[in-house]
Amino acid sequence: MIKKKIYRNFWLIVGITFICAIINMPPKISFQGITLYRPTLPIKRNLELRYGLDLAGGASLTYDIDTTKTKKEDVLSSLESLKLNIERRVNPEGVSESTVQLSKQNGENRLIVELPGVVDINDAIKKIGKTAYLVFKGEVEIPPEATATATPNDVYSKDTGVDGSYLTHSSVKINTTNGEPEVAIEFNPEGAKLFEKATKEFLNKIIAIYLDDTIISYPMVKSVISDGNAVISGKFDTKSAKDLSLLLDAGRLPLPINLIRQDQVGATLGRDSIQKGIIAALVGLGLVSLFMIGNYGYLGLIADIGLVIYGLITLTLYRLIPVTLTFPGLVGFILSIGMAVDSNILVFERMREETRKGKDWNVAMELGFGRAWDSIKDANACTIITGLILFNPFNWSFLNTSGMVRGFAVTLILGIFIGIFTGVFVTRNLLRVFGRKK
Amino acid sequence: MHRLNMMKLRPLYITISFLLICVSFYSILTWGFQPSIDFVGGSVWEIKTNLPKNKIENTFASNNLTINTITSNNSSFTVKFNNIDNDTHQKLTTDLKKEDKDLEELRFETLGPVLGKELLKKTIFAVILSSLALLIFIGSRFSDWTFGLGAILANFHDAIILTGMFSLLGHFFGAEMDALFVTALLTTLSASVHDTVVTFDRIRELKHQNIKIDWTDLANHAITETIVRSVNNSMTIIFMLSSLVVLGGDTTRWFAAALLIGCVCGTYSSFGVAIPLVLFFKKLQKRRALV
Repeated sequence: MIKKKIYRNFWLIVGITFICAIINMPPKISFQGITLYRPTLPIKRNLELRYGLDLAGGASLTYDIDTTKTKKEDVLSSLESLKLNIERRVNPEGVSESTVQLSKQNGENRLIVELPGVVDINDAIKKIGKTAYLVFKGEVEIPPEATATATPNDVYSKDTGVDGSYLTHSSVKINTTNGEPEVAIEFNPEGAKLFEKATKEFLNKIIAIYLDDTIISYPMVKSVISDGNAVISGKFDTKSAKDLSLLLDAGRLPLPINLIRQDQVGATLGRDSIQKGIIAALVGLGLVSLFMIGNYGYLGLIADIGLVIYGLITLTLYRLIPVTLTFPGLVGFILSIGMAVDSNILVFERMREETRKGKDWNVAMELGFGRAWDSIKDANACTIITGLILFNPFNWSFLNTSGMVRGFAVTLILGIFIGIFTGVFVTRNLLRVFGRKK
Repeated sequence: MHRLNMMKLRPLYITISFLLICVSFYSILTWGFQPSIDFVGGSVWEIKTNLPKNKIENTFASNNLTINTITSNNSSFTVKFNNIDNDTHQKLTTDLKKEDKDLEELRFETLGPVLGKELLKKTIFAVILSSLALLIFIGSRFSDWTFGLGAILANFHDAIILTGMFSLLGHFFGAEMDALFVTALLTTLSASVHDTVVTFDRIRELKHQNIKIDWTDLANHAITETIVRSVNNSMTIIFMLSSLVVLGGDTTRWFAAALLIGCVCGTYSSFGVAIPLVLFFKKLQKRRALV
């Protein structure tokens, strides 16, 4: 191969390693009075490694959703509403890392709530399990001396008698005159009567809409509405209009949910697992490195350098994608190290054969990589196929959707791709540069 | 290098595999598994406390709960019992905290029996689906269905033995079958195919070099050339996994053990099962061609 190209590849590897090393650096390192700071990176993402519930501690709750009493055409939208409403309850400020997922398993609808680091699980269970309650309340006069301390809940406190059970429909519409999205709601005849009374009482005042004691909208009543068809307009974009409509639905069609699985890991156990996992990984890596040097000498050393680069790239991708690390995920990572070494072993054995046949070292090396490539490709393709079935990327309901199994699959698949890169491209070019030359 | 005649040992492989499969079936049928709550539902509660064991047992009894198993490890206990609702869980915690205010809850998991059946079904689906996918992939990569079939049957061989060994581990050491076992099983299948494909690949390459050579000779030649790499590679995976079994936490110990068994079994089955099967199919093909 042309020398120029070899050196270009070599510097590419050095560059990648350098960048990965910087990304993996702690922000500040102090050693014997010398302090090193991580250079500011042009990446806005949070670069901390993310740990799953089993490592960081936290709770996972699985609910069975009862949709038997809901009309078929309403099921999908009411599930969405439920999800949005639960999200609002567990994460009112939208800052925590809790997640709410819907999942369909064997025709049953499930709601999975994951709460990292939650201490008071009972409080969370109470909050989530509450049936949604939608109510309309009118504005009251606040005496001037109390205005400073009055909360919105004090201001909009006059019950109108209208609640979610009277609602028959809510949808997003586009206003025909100004083209802005708005939310249309419809009441049943009984609700229409109550709503007419309320709009008379609060004409040119505000009727606030509460869902579970928090206000989701404060529309001003502009006219008396007697036919039960109201429109809430204002500064909506498509998303906020849709969210409001979904929240109204959550109160209109509350779905009963039933806790069927509760999974809780204390932070102590998590910390313990991380430590044990790291120690196990380091000991295993050390053994593998020694084995490679013992068996292949100089070649093994180059392979070990390849492994270090492998570790750096993997950790960088975990930070950038980001991959949430769970314990099975760590196992997948450790296993993929073994598979990464395999590419090297395949090549080195091939090289030995070729040198035995009397080929020159440099020729044997190129032949070794060239011939081993077919095996590496086919063998890894098989692992990727299984990895994909475990990961279940299309969320097929007849396959596993459990987070544990997926965590394992993600790190395994990533590991295989990176392993092929370091085991073939990196080691090959390092050997070309540092290899024996005659 | 001296050519190994690995195929001469075929009767030995048949005996080993036959015995292992018999033991596996015997163990699965007589002892079954120690199913974790992933499969049958129930609760696992890990707590850290200085209370004596009988105090914990009394608290459970006074709440009308039967303990299935209770194990202690230093100052922490793992209690297994039927699945309970959150109120009962809360009551248990407050009752125990009355006795020991420093009680710390490490892990609580409760699960109804519905989810277990789903998991079992999904596992079977996943095994069938990945076997089919690998059959098609290998069959088309080597343009020869006998290779695909040989690899898949070797896979089933590994799956049966791994499951059987796990049943033995469950019977003698209390290893529990959980969702992670499913993962270990599928990984074993892919690792086993990994080794098999490398050897097949060499057979294909040698076949291209000289067309006339006999299949058994080809197989011996290919195994001689790949066995060192197979063993070396298994060694590295074994190093990684043993350190997990010994040093890793309780949660994944059996998972790593299952992977370890699968890895050893997968290395053996590529020359001990997959290749002899391919040779057998080739013989059948030849006989049919003659008739």
